[in-house]
Amino acid sequence: MDVTFSVNGERVSLDVEPRRTLADALREDCGLTGTHLGCEHGVCGACTVLVDGQPARACLMFGVQADGCSVTTVEGLEGEDGELHPLQEAFVEHHGLQCGFCTPGMLMSALHLLDTDPGAGRETIREEMSGNICRCTGYQGIVDAVEAAGAALRGDADGPSSS
Amino acid sequence: MKCAPFDYVRAGSVEEVVKVLAGSDGDGKILAGGQSLVPVLALRMARPSVLVDVNRIPGLGAIRPVDGAVEVGALARHSALVAQTHHPLLAEAATWIGHTAIRSRGTAGGSIAHADPSAELPVVAVGTGATVSVAGPEGVRTTTAEELFVSALVTSLGEDEMITSIRFPQPERWGFAEFARRHGDFALVMALVAEVDGAVRVTIGGVGAVPARAAEAEQVLAAGGTAREAAAAAAAGIEPTADLHGSVPFRRAMAAEMVRRACARAGID
Repeated sequence: MDVTFSVNGERVSLDVEPRRTLADALREDCGLTGTHLGCEHGVCGACTVLVDGQPARACLMFGVQADGCSVTTVEGLEGEDGELHPLQEAFVEHHGLQCGFCTPGMLMSALHLLDTDPGAGRETIREEMSGNICRCTGYQGIVDAVEAAGAALRGDADGPSSS
Repeated sequence: MKCAPFDYVRAGSVEEVVKVLAGSDGDGKILAGGQSLVPVLALRMARPSVLVDVNRIPGLGAIRPVDGAVEVGALARHSALVAQTHHPLLAEAATWIGHTAIRSRGTAGGSIAHADPSAELPVVAVGTGATVSVAGPEGVRTTTAEELFVSALVTSLGEDEMITSIRFPQPERWGFAEFARRHGDFALVMALVAEVDGAVRVTIGGVGAVPARAAEAEQVLAAGGTAREAAAAAAAGIEPTADLHGSVPFRRAMAAEMVRRACARAGID
């Protein structure tokens, strides 16, 4: 079935089988393997992408459903000259990853969180990131990273807010 | 972990959905938010031959107040339920559904049709005496939430029928309480105490095949009993089963505690 959607601002047209998930369409058909597949049934959050600005599990959507939508994946985070997004910088800086498998989903969830709630405090960050499972870090570094990225994106020179 | 093949139909109207379902010999499924259906397909616990995608049907996602109630379109996302201010109980209950990425896709109609007894919206539907509009080949009929839920994941919907909206009455006062191992997980037990049309309704989810009214607890409260007495009556009236997540005595104790908390939040001591 023919579908056309945009991925990270680029228009793509594909012929996909209806049962192909959006995650597989991104990985196999678009070559964007940054979106990771963990559980493939909507539990682990590794495949989280933004669809029309809203976070979605790419394993729970079919590629055909993205027709006409605007999809943002982890590949869309980097700057024009390949520079890391403040969230990616913060994950490196604060040990927000170890093996890195969950990281793309973590980044996309965090991106949406900081987009909708730029001043999110640690409790909110914990709550909002709870849909993404990490088996390496124990989450502490992830919460630190999202908090620091929030401060950086706010241009807050004093570092993380105390809220 | 990949779904079995299926034919995909992107429906443009409710009439088209009904027509496709009617023509699929009971082997068609409605695809709304997909947050429960797609895992079932991925695990190959179901292999429908046709999926009818209802996400593009115009006008099905509206949430609007209508005399003493709020009518929620079948395609209203859980995130929209959280954000709306017409029905505070619905907003509160919806915050307990899954995680952000699930709430942004999952729909009210899908949650009701899926009929998971541990899900929040079925409990709110039974607890407020909601009515459900159902479209089928003969037109639109109205049923009650209590008539809709037959057993775990089983409803009285026909194979060629589709929920189009749910009308949730506005309770005069209410309290909602849920216990899950982690926020976002399905509830081990949840309780809703809601006064609707002057009668206090006590509804428990997660401990039986369907969200159920706790008649004994309601009688205790109607007779002027305390929240603790109602909680004890509610816990005595359920028959939970043990699993990995909790024993029978634990679930009974949690049911009592959630009813007590829901009473307290509704202003009943």
